Amino acid sequence: MRKKWKWSNLYLGLLILLMYLPIVIVVVFSFNESRLSASFTGFSLKWYEALAADRDLKEALVNSIILGAASCLLSAVIGTLGAVGMARVKYKSKGMMEYLSTIPIMIPEIILGMVFLVFFSLLNLPFGMTTLILAHTTFCIPYIFMMVKARLVGIDKSLEEAALDLGATPVRAFFDITIPLIAPAILSGSLLAFAMSFDDVVISIFVNGPRLNTLPVKVYAQLKTGVTPEINALCTVILLVIVLVLGISALAGKKTHKSKDGE
Amino acid sequence: MSETLLELRNIKKSFGTTDVLNGIGLSISRGEFITFLGASGCGKTTTLRIIAGLEKPDEGQVLLEGRDVTYLEPHQRDVNTVFQNYALFPHMNVEANVGYGLKIRKVPKEEIKKRVSDMLKLVQLDGYEKRMPSELSGGQKQRVAIARALINSPKLLLLDEPLGALDLKLRRAMQTELKRLQKKLGITFLYITHDQEEAINMSDRIVVMREGKFEQIGTPDEIYNCPKTSYVADFVGNANIIEGIVRQAGEEEILVETEGQIVKAVSDPGVQAGDKISLAVRRENMKVCGDCEEGLEAVLKDKSFQAGQLHMTLNLNSGKEITVSRYGMDAPLSQGQKVRISWEPQHAVPVDIRREA
Repeated sequence: MRKKWKWSNLYLGLLILLMYLPIVIVVVFSFNESRLSASFTGFSLKWYEALAADRDLKEALVNSIILGAASCLLSAVIGTLGAVGMARVKYKSKGMMEYLSTIPIMIPEIILGMVFLVFFSLLNLPFGMTTLILAHTTFCIPYIFMMVKARLVGIDKSLEEAALDLGATPVRAFFDITIPLIAPAILSGSLLAFAMSFDDVVISIFVNGPRLNTLPVKVYAQLKTGVTPEINALCTVILLVIVLVLGISALAGKKTHKSKDGE
Repeated sequence: MSETLLELRNIKKSFGTTDVLNGIGLSISRGEFITFLGASGCGKTTTLRIIAGLEKPDEGQVLLEGRDVTYLEPHQRDVNTVFQNYALFPHMNVEANVGYGLKIRKVPKEEIKKRVSDMLKLVQLDGYEKRMPSELSGGQKQRVAIARALINSPKLLLLDEPLGALDLKLRRAMQTELKRLQKKLGITFLYITHDQEEAINMSDRIVVMREGKFEQIGTPDEIYNCPKTSYVADFVGNANIIEGIVRQAGEEEILVETEGQIVKAVSDPGVQAGDKISLAVRRENMKVCGDCEEGLEAVLKDKSFQAGQLHMTLNLNSGKEITVSRYGMDAPLSQGQKVRISWEPQHAVPVDIRREA
């Protein structure tokens, strides 16, 4: 039987084209031999070689990785504790508290960046890695908070009670039972947070200080002198990292669902 | 009486504005199988959680072997619980689940392994050590939950409707098995259920609970045959409740006026002429007769045949509905027919005795 033609398929095709074509172009042209991005003259890895040779860029990459790792670790601890704590208390303003904790996601980044700038200046903090980590941790917490909160809803409260009943102290029960059960959510939340931190430009520009560059900030700065194939190559590398991280995050999330079914 | 294991003293508990427990007191002896029976929301699970330490009472005391444990944390008392939904740890296999309590007590690994294997044998699950909870059936999960609680040799095992999620056949088999385990281990069981059959089959004593209070405490025989209130008679024995006034109180029998007629009932030392009482007569003890001269007048409203029993719904003259059951199909009665209902005096038990001051 012939499949019926559907308008919705056309719509879907267009949508995917619009979303991914620019990305594909960037990726393709990062392998272009020519310096001009007008035509594809031949396959080459020379822009990647140039990239590898660029010391500033390497430093920016290392900065970005340190920043991403530190802020995702910090926010994982804070976000998880927040979600677990919030699940246990019962007071009237709980809904509001939860809403407040997710607000950093909804505030425009430009405002958040400015607020951090003013706040850190007030505190007389020297701008640099510390301020970057503080700022990134702040906007990463909600991702982990929301992920862990959603996972906690699916966990039977009597599991922890059973552990207490069998002789575990509350702390022991938390590490033996609750943590393993929410671990997939913490992992996928952290990876998401890492991805968010890794590609942030706006907030970083406000708080990075004069000498410290992260990779996206570096890309942004280089754009001022026009799009070079080097930038295409750099974007491709960043894309690859983000896709990898999000892929692992999705896998972790899938595992969450599986273990949920198993209960 | 044997030695007291657990004592509840005037326990009160409320959630918000709702009083869940209204001052209950009870003592339980060592080795006893005691059942809390009641409809959902009567406070039986709250009582159990207070004994386990998962909930703190507003007032009153819990004494375990004479020691006040009211405000001790759950992990500080020798009491273990089998939860209603099993609460098996989904990320641990059967062996780790059952051995969890021992692991916390820092029992050597070899000994844990041996004791887990012995315990699994006891609940007939040997060879299941490496299975995950998600790979077990409901009945198997239940056995794991029981093994996990029993391996710690608690002084008291609390079971919160452990068979509620199982089908009827499995439930019957598990009832027998639980009773066998309890006899064999000699551990005191405090069992919660809303199923009167389960309570009667398994218990040494039954506590019927209603609205945060103990309605009646007694052996299954006492609860079934000598209910003290119409609630117990109805809940445990599916009895019909007929209200009336005592006209004459004799040694063996009393005469009660109801529906404009005089009926006989068994005597109770607390009953005097003039008392308002209710008579509890179980469905299977009522006789329906089409051409009798004696008995309460009634009209047959409906007949239905369920599980080998014929159920007849009848209306008394006052409109009150009565249900009568009997085995077999042989009822040459048709709907709308006028009949009379009668019973042997010893089958009508006076309950809810009220005396005008």
